[in-house]
Formats: sequence, structure tokens, C-alpha cells
Amino acid sequence: MSSQVKQCKCRKETEQEKYERIGRIVDEYKDREGSLIQILHAAQGIYGYLPVELQKFIADKLGKPLSEVYGVVSFYSFFSTKPRGKYTIRVCLGTACYVRGGKKIVEKLQEILGIGIGDTTDDGMFTLEVMRCIGACGLAPAMMINDTVYKQVNPDKLQSILEGLR
Amino acid sequence: MEIYRAHVLVCTGTGCTSSNSGKILEEFEEHLKKNNLENEVKIVKTGCFGLCAEGPIVVVYPEGAMYTMVRPEDVKEIVEEHLLKGRIVKRLLAGDKEQETISKSLDNVEFFKKQKRIALRNCGVINPENIDEYIAFDGYKALAKVLTEMTPQEVIDTIKKSGLRGRGGGGFPTGLKWEFASKSKDDQKYVCCNADEGDPGAFMDRSILEGDPHSVLEAMAIAGYAIGANQGYIYVRAEYPIAVRRLNIAIEQARNYGLLGRNIFGTGFDFDIELRLGAGAFVCGEETALMTSIEGKRGEPRPRPPFPAVKGLWQKPTILNNVETFANIPVIINKGPEWFASIGTEKSKGTKVFAIGGKINNTGLVEIPMGTTLREVVYDIGGGIPNGKKFKAAQTGGPSGGCIPASHIDTPIDYDSLIELGSMMGSGGLIVMDEDTCMVDIAKFFLEFTVDESCGKCPPCRIGTKRMLEILERITGGKGEEDDIEKLEVLAKNIKASALCGLGQTAPNPVLSTLRYFRDEYEAHVRDKKCPAGVCKAMVNYVIHAELCKSCGICARNCPVGAIKGERKVPYVIDDEKCIRCGVCMEKCPFKAIFKNA
Repeated sequence: MSSQVKQCKCRKETEQEKYERIGRIVDEYKDREGSLIQILHAAQGIYGYLPVELQKFIADKLGKPLSEVYGVVSFYSFFSTKPRGKYTIRVCLGTACYVRGGKKIVEKLQEILGIGIGDTTDDGMFTLEVMRCIGACGLAPAMMINDTVYKQVNPDKLQSILEGLR
Repeated sequence: MEIYRAHVLVCTGTGCTSSNSGKILEEFEEHLKKNNLENEVKIVKTGCFGLCAEGPIVVVYPEGAMYTMVRPEDVKEIVEEHLLKGRIVKRLLAGDKEQETISKSLDNVEFFKKQKRIALRNCGVINPENIDEYIAFDGYKALAKVLTEMTPQEVIDTIKKSGLRGRGGGGFPTGLKWEFASKSKDDQKYVCCNADEGDPGAFMDRSILEGDPHSVLEAMAIAGYAIGANQGYIYVRAEYPIAVRRLNIAIEQARNYGLLGRNIFGTGFDFDIELRLGAGAFVCGEETALMTSIEGKRGEPRPRPPFPAVKGLWQKPTILNNVETFANIPVIINKGPEWFASIGTEKSKGTKVFAIGGKINNTGLVEIPMGTTLREVVYDIGGGIPNGKKFKAAQTGGPSGGCIPASHIDTPIDYDSLIELGSMMGSGGLIVMDEDTCMVDIAKFFLEFTVDESCGKCPPCRIGTKRMLEILERITGGKGEEDDIEKLEVLAKNIKASALCGLGQTAPNPVLSTLRYFRDEYEAHVRDKKCPAGVCKAMVNYVIHAELCKSCGICARNCPVGAIKGERKVPYVIDDEKCIRCGVCMEKCPFKAIFKNA
């Protein structure tokens, strides 16, 4: 990650410790059939994203070819092989949000953040993504920042929402 | 057990949580304490009431007073007036606040009057994180009855007799599905729950999982008994963190109570459930793809037959039902199949939950008997179209469905009537569109969705939908060619006939359906290069009316691309070459001097 990332005061887990933690999870799931996706969820939760080296590590531990792990990672949109920002902004473009102007939110966010869809800001703060329905249709247009749903988003208020997170 | 004289129900579904209901809860706790009411009034965290747009929602019993759009600063008044002095806070009640005859009880709110809540029976009523509350509302009674009084075949017969059909989209008879799986001979079978609610515009499964997770667990155990399975899987979207959390809590509680696990009710029947998280692939809502995904692989569909009832998960007989389907099961067992079959239409029994969204006043979740007309849904329950606009169409069935135009607004909604109209029930998303919606643009929207989500396994879907999208982009871009509409129709027919799975086979539906009812709009785009609704940017331009313009310059200051020029006392002008058709100038003009030419 870039050196501009704001460091928090508490001690950060080292690379090795993260790998060890992921290794323990793989061991735990190893004998349960069909748990690759669950392992990848956990690994992404710990490491932030799934670079090829980490995929290789998981594949080796599971005794599977890397191609199988990579095939799953690339199939599902939730998995990312690029570093992500501290906050992932997912703008809903499901039908209800689309009809109520979700596209304007995407355009405005691209303008404010200066990045395209799927990209991360240089300071490592925000990743911008588009989602097909987050199931908050009654609150359209909606978006999610990490696990929090923002309802009836007004494009003019995006700036202040983002400032609040910085 | 402690007795409380009043209950305060605070919605903690996704909708109200994003409307800050967490803060409301804290305020209630604080003010109840301040007024020494904490032993008299109980706060209950519930699931979704369905009226998401009016959230956060607070209901106070025994009166059943429903407060909407409650702000944290309103809580003090509710506590001091209503809970302390017994005076309902009228200004916060649901419904038209100006009216004299204000409805103070939930049952009188227009939004709920025509509803019949079966699948949603406990949503907004109980605390979904407390199994005791579920049990108090007849929870796990159906499972007990099934295990102690009925044979597996009797369970299947009951479900068959009820006429319940799959609520996930296809509408296949549930009892029949169970019977197929029960007849497959194998040492291991599985029960799967499809909670990968991917249809854009649908969120009933989310609300059920968040508001009443135990009903799904109970129903899955019943299904397990009926077909002879002892393992269940719930495949739930990773996009639903609250639902995932509550399911985990529910499974844990059920295990602790011996309602899941070994020897349930001492009958020797074992059944356990595991959660599997999806990872953002729409195609995984298709049954064979979902099972491949549970196996931890790329979620690609496979040809049928063999059907899952014969060879499903890990090649073993499997049934897969949707969340809403399962939520109906315990009630059917408890109240009997005759009762259930008495609701609805001849071939579609019971109720259906719809997520109403789009251009409508009351967005939210409603459960109505099958056969309710679209007009009742849009005007009586949904409260009509905002800003006095005209109803143009309702879209059902998501990317697999189609549009129902205003001319068919009196059609009773059930599985078969929707198919006849060229749409489908789908999982129950119902998006209302008004006159400002361009139907070609909507068709393009759905095709974009399908192209994005196509898994790429079969060429008709992978290549065909992409070609259709390109044609639609051409049409909406003002470059439509004379035979484009015919080309779309030919492609649509071929894709429908040759795609591997449900996603591809139904992908052309939004185009076919809009062509059927709004062909004139397509023709206007192609022949006259005009977008009648004024949505397609390539065919729209903005002009400033010289006589109305007061030369204030607000438009020029707000224009993001600097396309507007002018000076004092001279009307401003938009440079059409530079203009990106964002419409900001028109929104900002205080004198309404800017017009959109479509």
C-alpha cells in the first residue's frame, strides 16, 4: 500500500502474522468440503485483498492447483486482486436506484474522487464500486460504505459524507 | 416472566438502521431510565415493517400507534407524552398528518389495510435475535407437529394440497419438488435455501432473514424430514451483513435449544444447517449455479436434466427453495393446506411479497393475496405516483421479466397472468415507472445488467446479449439503423431458445416486453432520432429562453463544463457542442428559463 495511508496508533499486524492467521483458517476449513469461497472471504477480510502470492499460499495449503483458486477469485465480483481503500463505496445501480437517479451519484463520486469505477484513490482511502441492488430499494437511491447503508443519497451531500470519513 | 405494560418496537432492519434507528434505541433506553419506566416499558428490536421510506419506524403497544420518520430528538416527547401520560404524539403518526381522523393504530394505516402478512407474519413483530419470541408466536410448533404426528409423505401431501408454488421466480409447485427428491434413493440428501436475492429491485428475502430468521430454519428442518435429508445449506449474499449476523445467531440458538442438531424433539431425527456466503455473482441465483457455488467452485450453471432432485449438491438429491417459499411452510403446517389454498387465485395460492420501488410514494415491502390488481398495489397501497406524474408501466421479474403498461393496470397479479402479459413474477420486485422513464433506456439498463452478470459459459448468453446491448446503445445514442428493431427481435428469439440456463433464456425478456408495448418509443428513437421521455442524452438539448432569462448567471456558475456564456443584461446562451446534457442548469435556474428539447 502507498506510504500515504494514515497509520493508526496501535501496532499493525505484520505481513507474516497475517499469513499465519490465514494459514490457521485454512487449516480449520481444510477438511470441510467446498469451503474455498469461505476461506477466501476470511482471507480478504484479513489481508484486504487477494494478491496472486496469497492465492498461491492458500492453494498450496489446500493442495489445490493455483488455477482453481484463481478461477474462483476472478469469477466473483466480491473478491479483489488489487489493494482496496480503507472505505469501499458501493453505489447501488439496481432498478429502483437507477430509476431514481443512482447514476448521478456515480458520476458525482467519480468527479469528487477523481477515480473511475473499480479504482482506489491514491491516498488509499476510498475504492469506488458499482453494485446491482443492495436490497435497499425502499431507500433509493442508496449506496454502501463498507457495511453501512446510506439512504436517499443526494449527490450534493456526497462531499460532506466523504469529508466526515476522512 | 416479567410483565410490561407497554412495548416499544423499534425497527432494526437495514432500511431503518440506515435511517439511524440505532440512535433512536439509545435515546429510548436513556429516556425510559430517566423517567423510571425501564421496568414498565420494554424495548423490542424488530425486523422490517415494510414501510422503509418512512423510517425509522417505532410502534408503541398496546395502542399499536405507529410513529414514522422518528428523529432522535422526538424520543423524549414519545416517552414523556405517550408512555408517561398516555397521550399519543399525533404529529409523528403514520398517514396524512393534516387529517382530522388520524389513524392511531397500525391496522388503519392505508399501507397495511390491503395486505395479508403470512410470510412476513413476524417481521416487525418479534425480536429476530430472540428465539423465545419466535416460539411464543407458534415458532417450531409446526416442526414438532411434523416430527411427532406426520409421516414424510403426509408432509409432502400437505404442501402439495396447499398449492404453494416457488416464490423465487419460476413458480414450480413446491410439494412436487419435494416429492421428486423424496423418491430419489440415496444415503445422503440436502436441503438448500436460496437466499442469494440478486434480482435488482427485490428485498423481501433480506427482510425475512433479518426479521424472522427462525421461520426459515424451521421450514428447512421440515423439508429435511419430508425428503429424508439431514443437512441444510443457506446460500446467502455477502451483501447482506445484518441478515448473515442474525442467521448465525438464530442457528446457534436453535442448536442450543435442541431444535437443530441431533435427535430433535427426541424423535431420532437429525438436522443441521450451515451458512454459505455468496460472493457477488448474480448467476448464482440459478439453482445449478448456486449448488456449484456452495461446493466452493466458480458458480457456473450446468445443463438439466439431471435435475437437482436427482443429482444436485455433490451429485446427491437436493431440493432448493427460496427464502419466502420456506417462510410460508410452518404456517401451512399449523393452519392446514385448506386455509392456505383459500387465499389467492385458482392457480396461484396464498400471498406474494412485493418490493415496491421506483416512482411511487410509499416505497417498501408489501404482502398481498395473489390476484390483487396492479392498480390496488400502485394507488391504494403504494399511494400513487409522486409529483402528480402519470403511471406509465410497472416492471416485474427483474432482468428476467418485463413491463406491465398502464393499459393493463387492472390485471389481477398472479403467476399466470404475468406470463400472459410477457412478464413474470420473478422474486417480486415491482418497480413503478412514470412518464419521465424511457422504456428503451430501461431495456438497455437490464441488458447492461445481464451482460455484466453473464457467466460466459454458453455463447448465446455471452455473445448474444452483448450484441443486443450494442444495438440498444446505438439506438439510445441517436444512431439507430432502420433494421435494428428487427435484428433485436431475431437475436432475442435465438437467445431464448439456445441459452444454457435461466439467466440467458430470460435475458431478452425486458427487450421483448418493451417492444411489445412501447414499440412506438423504439421507432421514435430509430426513425425520428427523438427520445419521447427526454432521457437519452444524445437526443436531448437544453436551451435558455431569451425572454425569461434574467442574466443572473447562476446557470453558468453551476455548469460543470463551462458551456454557458453570457453577460449582464444579455440573455445567456448554452454552447450545444460543449454541453454534456447533465441538466444542472435547468435544475438551478430560479426563473425556470431553461428548457429541455426532446
